[in-house]
Amino acid sequence: MSTVRLTIRQIKYENKAFWRNPAAVFFTFIFPLVFLVIFNVLFGSDPLELPEGVTHLSTFYVPGIAALSVVSASYTNVAMRISFSRDQGVLKRIKGSPLPSVSFVIARIVHSTGISMLLVLIVVSAGILVYNVDPPTNTIPALIVTLLVGSAAFSALGFAITVIVPNVDAAPAVVNASILPVLFISDVFIPMQSAPSWLTIFAQIFPVYHFSAALQAGFNPFETGLGFELDHLLVMGIWLLVGIIVTVRFFSWEPRR
Amino acid sequence: MTDFAIRVKGLSKSYGQQTVVNDITFDVRRGEVFALLGPNGAGKTTTVEILEGHRKRDKGNVEVLGYDPINAEKQFREQIGIVLQGTGVEPQLKVGETVEMFRGYYPDPFPLEEVLDVVGLTSERNKLVRQLSGGQQRRLDVGVALAGNPQLLFLDEPTTGFDPSARRDAWDMISNLRLMGRTVVLTTHYMDEAEHLADHIALMSKGSILSYGTVAEIIARQSGTVLGFKLEDAKTVLPKNFSDAATIKGNKVTMRTNAPIPLLYNLTSWALDNDQNLDDLRVEKPTLEDVYLDIVRSSTEKDAKL
Repeated sequence: MSTVRLTIRQIKYENKAFWRNPAAVFFTFIFPLVFLVIFNVLFGSDPLELPEGVTHLSTFYVPGIAALSVVSASYTNVAMRISFSRDQGVLKRIKGSPLPSVSFVIARIVHSTGISMLLVLIVVSAGILVYNVDPPTNTIPALIVTLLVGSAAFSALGFAITVIVPNVDAAPAVVNASILPVLFISDVFIPMQSAPSWLTIFAQIFPVYHFSAALQAGFNPFETGLGFELDHLLVMGIWLLVGIIVTVRFFSWEPRR
Repeated sequence: MTDFAIRVKGLSKSYGQQTVVNDITFDVRRGEVFALLGPNGAGKTTTVEILEGHRKRDKGNVEVLGYDPINAEKQFREQIGIVLQGTGVEPQLKVGETVEMFRGYYPDPFPLEEVLDVVGLTSERNKLVRQLSGGQQRRLDVGVALAGNPQLLFLDEPTTGFDPSARRDAWDMISNLRLMGRTVVLTTHYMDEAEHLADHIALMSKGSILSYGTVAEIIARQSGTVLGFKLEDAKTVLPKNFSDAATIKGNKVTMRTNAPIPLLYNLTSWALDNDQNLDDLRVEKPTLEDVYLDIVRSSTEKDAKL
């Protein structure tokens, strides 16, 4: 079988295994919806009169929640599942088989990208139906590209971070410590207008800021163009490359004891 | 095609200061069952992991099915099957799905039903892997290794933790593989397992191969005769010149000697004079177990003196 067919086949098995764990599935999908509800309680979804026209407040926090969903479904999920599979000896088993390593890695990235897209679809739909989010129209292609590049980058980085995760017991600490601070300074949870400029500049090194900004732009109801944010996409693309290079160069198929 | 599935020459491997495999040389013929026998920590697992391409070697030449395992990829992996210690499969897939998934990686796999039948998991086919017992998971592991119809199978301690009947089943399975012309390399610390299954044995301890050959050859190389008998209260009844040279367990006495005739003469004379029966008196060559313990013990003692 060709590498492409093996990869597609592997995605199917990944998908099968994913849906077999009802508790994991439930909490993966309920997580962003809980955030949606909390944000609505805190900020409401009232109409908002701006110089450009009228929109709703919820239109501004839904992109942030979408970014959070993708980061947790791609980065956190991939890093945790890989650490777990590695401790269980599943990765060593695969490594000893003729399945090309690249098929295995790409299958997991494609699968978590798919789950991320599904999550965003659910969150945005709920926002539109329940909380008066203004649906994007002309920016839909730009949003899809942003989501695809973002999910792929965060999945690849999820693989890359396992390089410094020695075993599954250390995984939650390493994964959370590496992503939560970045989420906080990247305009996802809290607005960064009042932050010192050095912190904003620092945040711009990391992909979350650019992902969140590109999504914000995609949900801007007053955007008349296509809404492609090439500079943000470029930074995300660079991080995707970093994730792939670190994974290819340093990835370990066995836990360090 | 050469007659050898595996050729190893001067293989060495260290982790930091510790030498785990120390300059070992052996060949494995095609179609035979080959056992690396030795106590825990002898370097058996490291050796097979080098042969499988899981580990880099420090020194020596290794050829497996004509490939250097560290550079070989797909074509090499398509011809080998591996059962390692501490590997697993995705817990959220069903047994049948797991074997099916692995079958798909190989160009000429075994039929699914046959694999399940060989490892005795036919009725577990629709069970999730995480619902299997420990022994069943181990058997699935073997099934996964067989799925690709491998020419060469590596089994690292395949029956550790098996109950006696599961162990017999595994032995039958390995014997069947041999009948099918497959080459099997197994590591074990069970002497009876090596004796029962292997055409050739390499006895390993502390990273070195201490003896190599068929069971008969290994035993023949080790000189000595075993004298055994039963005697109540052997420890007190038996004169000191006998008991010093004997191993006494309850009423069972065994003695190793290089001069069996004088010992037997002296022993039976003493028994006649003292009206002792020496029940079950036997004179025999040492078993693999005797030889194994001798060899391993002397290699450890040598180390202690250094």
